[in-house]
Amino acid sequence: MIRLAASETLIPAPNIEYYELSPILIVFGVGVLAVLVEAFLPRAHRLHAQLALCLTGLVAAFVVVCTLTDEAQENARAVPQKVAAEGAVAIDGMTLFLQGTILLLGVVAVLLLAERRLGGEFAASAATVPGSAAEKETTRLGWVQTEIYPLLMFSIGGMLIFPAANDLLLMFVALEVLSLPLYLLCGLARRRRLLSQEAALKYFLLGAFSSAFFLYGIALLYGYAGSVRLSDINAAVSGSEDNDALLLIGMALLAVGLLFKVGAVPFHAWTPDVYQGAPTPVTAFMAAATKVAAFGALLRVFYVGLGGAKWDWHPMFWGVAMVTMLFGSLVALVQTDVKRMLAYSSIAHAGFILVGLVATNAEGLSATMFYLLAYGFSTIAAFAIISLVRDGSGEATHLSQWAGLGRRSPVVAGMFALLLLAFAGIPLTSGFTAKFAVFSASASAGGTPLIVVGVLSSTVAAFFYIRVIVLMFFSAPVTDGPRVAVPSLTTALAVWIGVAVTVFLGVLPQPVLDLADNASFLIS
Amino acid sequence: MNPANYLYLSALLFTIGAAGVLMRRNAIIVFMCVELMLNAANLTFVTFARQHGNLEGQIIALFVMVVAAAEVVVGLAIIVTMQRTRRSASVDDAHLLKY
Repeated sequence: MIRLAASETLIPAPNIEYYELSPILIVFGVGVLAVLVEAFLPRAHRLHAQLALCLTGLVAAFVVVCTLTDEAQENARAVPQKVAAEGAVAIDGMTLFLQGTILLLGVVAVLLLAERRLGGEFAASAATVPGSAAEKETTRLGWVQTEIYPLLMFSIGGMLIFPAANDLLLMFVALEVLSLPLYLLCGLARRRRLLSQEAALKYFLLGAFSSAFFLYGIALLYGYAGSVRLSDINAAVSGSEDNDALLLIGMALLAVGLLFKVGAVPFHAWTPDVYQGAPTPVTAFMAAATKVAAFGALLRVFYVGLGGAKWDWHPMFWGVAMVTMLFGSLVALVQTDVKRMLAYSSIAHAGFILVGLVATNAEGLSATMFYLLAYGFSTIAAFAIISLVRDGSGEATHLSQWAGLGRRSPVVAGMFALLLLAFAGIPLTSGFTAKFAVFSASASAGGTPLIVVGVLSSTVAAFFYIRVIVLMFFSAPVTDGPRVAVPSLTTALAVWIGVAVTVFLGVLPQPVLDLADNASFLIS
Repeated sequence: MNPANYLYLSALLFTIGAAGVLMRRNAIIVFMCVELMLNAANLTFVTFARQHGNLEGQIIALFVMVVAAAEVVVGLAIIVTMQRTRRSASVDDAHLLKY
């Protein structure tokens, strides 16, 4: 027998702060339990068990995040730094704020995924070939693909780590953990399965391609700094002048991977296809939560790790932000599919959020976080409403089919109009507060050209949002047009939560703005 | 042997992988090229670990292998589903989603 006692002295046991990490651990634990539910529970009971499990887990994790925030705010000045897991995870204001946002969006996403009355959005069995006898059989038996819940939980777990990662290796692992389940979820639609599978393939191939760039960027930065810890990289950046090529190329490749995830031009090409093809609840979740997580990681890498090289990356982000805002708004003008239109609108919004990022001050950080929260809830509710507008063959996403919808179903069309106004940034909606916060942060950092481009593209964007509103309320309804289906309670709840947050953040934004202000510190 | 040569080799492998992703038509080959890019990054990690004299890079290479294996599972599942539906693994055939 080999004695291991000698080696124990060589490698000391790492010190893990379980309490600070518990939101992440809860979500992953629930994910593992959900897999066990899939394995051991009879099919009939799985759906309810999964729902109860996931919602409990997410709410529990959210409560822990709130407690941690409370404690962090009490001794924020005394103990500003709290790094967990030997420095690999940074538990600071931004982490907690974004984790809370992601968890709340996760709750809404679970509510959307649970929709059953409309026949379900997910294939009865994703393994069957579309149109085959096996597919018809599984549909007839009323199977439900409940594996979506564990997949969603693993994805949320990855998203919780992504903005907290204080170490590029952990960030890479988190990127993959959040992406891999999403690739699968994209391919699980019940109707238009060819489109859905194509979206999954495109997302997967492009996502893997971009994460390879991300990894090579990490490798070069490791070569430059001799460590992948962000604080060490920062020390190396401010300490030395030599071998800048490694730093610059590494930084650029890192930015490719992260900008791909947020869907910024020129790495946006996947966004419209994947948003259109994926099942609408998944699109809703992806559009809202992935952006939060990816912007969190982007902020941490470039503020904490590469803050010393600000003058090297600042002009690049300046350009990317401008092009992203303009491109997203202009191309959205000519879209005829409502999901595609919102996809291009999400590209434009990525640009607006980048304006907050390039402000590189505390104001910009808090504005970015507020924007992510506001945009997340509006977008998840907007996609939820899209999933309700149906005709005989499923969702009616072509814009011409939406004509006159406001006359048939004024309440739902009114809510959609409100969300579109929020996207456009009209006062008394969350979109206005968020855009104002981002632009004023940018103004104090001397970003006047960015603001000019931002306001211009907002104007362009307002045109196509209002065009949809006009179409819904002032056009004659098409014959045999789609109807607004009556959803089950969960989807209705998701829509109402999204709309309520949108209005609340527009009318009374101050409490949340204060929260974001207090949370705008990063461990360096 | 000069460790810089390994860096040149890994840069070359990375470039071959990236070019393959852009030029090949078969989804499986595209995916293999992505794996080649990941392995090029691994080689860079190991070389830099040698240069800096710390173990971090070698450990990262192990992590990357695990992640790449997970990626293979998901990727092949998606590609095989696609192949069974369309009887083709060509990425050019995936053209239903546009404009």
